[in-house]
Amino acid sequence: MMYDYFVDLFGNTVIAGIASGILMSLLPLFIFILPYALFAVLAERKVSAHMQDRLGPMRIGWHGWNQTIADIIKLIQKEDIVASDTDKPLFNFAPILVFAGSYAAFAAIPFSSYYIGSEVDLGIFYIIAVTGLVVAGILMAGWASNNKYSLLGSMRSVAQIVSYEIPTMLVVLSLVMVSDTMSLHKLSEMQTGYFWNWYIFGGPGFTLTKFLLIPSMLIGFLIIYISTLAEVNRVPFDIPEAESELVAGYHTEYSGMKFAMFFLAEYANMYAVSAIVAALFFGGYQSPIGYLGNLLGVEWLIPIEQFLWFAAKGLFFVFVQMWLRWTLPRLRVDQLMAVSWKYLIPIAFVNLIIIGFITLI
Amino acid sequence: MKEYFSNIYTALVTIFIGMKVTLKHLFVPSVTIQYPDVKPELPERERNRLYVNMDDCIGCDQCARACPVNCIQIETTKALPTEDLGKTSNGKKKALWVTGFTIDLAKCCYCQLCVFPCPTECIYMTDVYEFSEYQRSNLIYDFVTLTPEERQQKRDNLEKFNAEKEAEKLKAASEAKPKTETEPKKDQPKE
Repeated sequence: MMYDYFVDLFGNTVIAGIASGILMSLLPLFIFILPYALFAVLAERKVSAHMQDRLGPMRIGWHGWNQTIADIIKLIQKEDIVASDTDKPLFNFAPILVFAGSYAAFAAIPFSSYYIGSEVDLGIFYIIAVTGLVVAGILMAGWASNNKYSLLGSMRSVAQIVSYEIPTMLVVLSLVMVSDTMSLHKLSEMQTGYFWNWYIFGGPGFTLTKFLLIPSMLIGFLIIYISTLAEVNRVPFDIPEAESELVAGYHTEYSGMKFAMFFLAEYANMYAVSAIVAALFFGGYQSPIGYLGNLLGVEWLIPIEQFLWFAAKGLFFVFVQMWLRWTLPRLRVDQLMAVSWKYLIPIAFVNLIIIGFITLI
Repeated sequence: MKEYFSNIYTALVTIFIGMKVTLKHLFVPSVTIQYPDVKPELPERERNRLYVNMDDCIGCDQCARACPVNCIQIETTKALPTEDLGKTSNGKKKALWVTGFTIDLAKCCYCQLCVFPCPTECIYMTDVYEFSEYQRSNLIYDFVTLTPEERQQKRDNLEKFNAEKEAEKLKAASEAKPKTETEPKKDQPKE
């Protein structure tokens, strides 16, 4: 796909091969995740500051835009502390596993019609499966730290992620029933055209099912957004790393670059779930209002525009996550479980059945 | 059952109300003052570092006596009759060289009691509050405008003058010695 794009652009297979090879291997990590994480950490601090009528970082660069870079330099310089009573192999392996889990999810996320890491037909299924590694990594970190706060945090985290995966998957399943595909690329392709073809507005085509689907889709979107919020341990579902109760949860004992890996994984995860929500309900990389490339007759502009649209949609949902963080208080453990098992799962299940009936007609 | 749905409803509604509030605050101008770059506006009668305008100081020592923590040290040297020190801005005649005027701001309690007794209004509070130092001795401020040599010169001048006067007095006394011996001392109590 990337290769085809460059063949069209350059008309030379060798250059296209080299360019697509470099971009294919580097795009997710170096061109997207790292700059995104740098941006998101700063955005988090700025958004939180302005929501509390503060200014946030202001001293490094214009409005503190270099703050995260300075933080990264500090983290690289820091001593890597491994406490003597930790289980060292597991302790050292856990951040890698957590990061690998969240990074692997990016393989099946379509950034544009010409770029998807691996076009597996089981895209969304693969993402849900591979993010399971994160759970294992978190539990490993908490257990190996040999610290009661770490262990409590990781236990809460695992309980939370496991229970919130059920409503997520029920909503994904209803989407799969409507669209007949598990590939996020195909799902995005189906929602082409204008924004009324998005699944949040009932999907493509003007049929009776489209209008019948709209309320169910809205409910489905709300459920998947709430449950993915819980899966990435964001406020109001941040009991695994509740600062006031558990110091920092499962990464209490980590310092320096290992801590940075947890941090990076957390922010990568935030984008991953936002991207999934965007791809399932909001047309993925499709533009809501048509392409500038089509208007100007410049073919090669379209994939770049699509990439920008996809990044913008994902970042919007990341912003909403930050927005919620400074709006809502933390849930108690029992409330957290009640939300999942008593509210989200039954509603998602009923929603699934309703969507099943609608797709039958 | 009714409670179940009303719970969902209140949860969603309150979340949206809360989100509206926080979104509004996102666009409220921040209250932060970027301190070293932007200074906060201080109250009208704030009390900060003391300053002494030595041109007006007459060395009357009233501020030092008013100070509750004794942080003001004043040393004065009498001017010679031939010297004219001029007048202060409010017309008081200066008669003393102020050869020492130090304020130990590490001791100063910023009570402003020294400001009011000053007859020439030459000691007052400024708006400077950033004067921290690494050495405590650096907080002893010397306000005298004379150089150390000049101060020494003033003291020497006075000493010389006094010595001359003393010498003159002695001379005069020795000349009038027979006279004084005959007269009984006045302040001696009679037995």
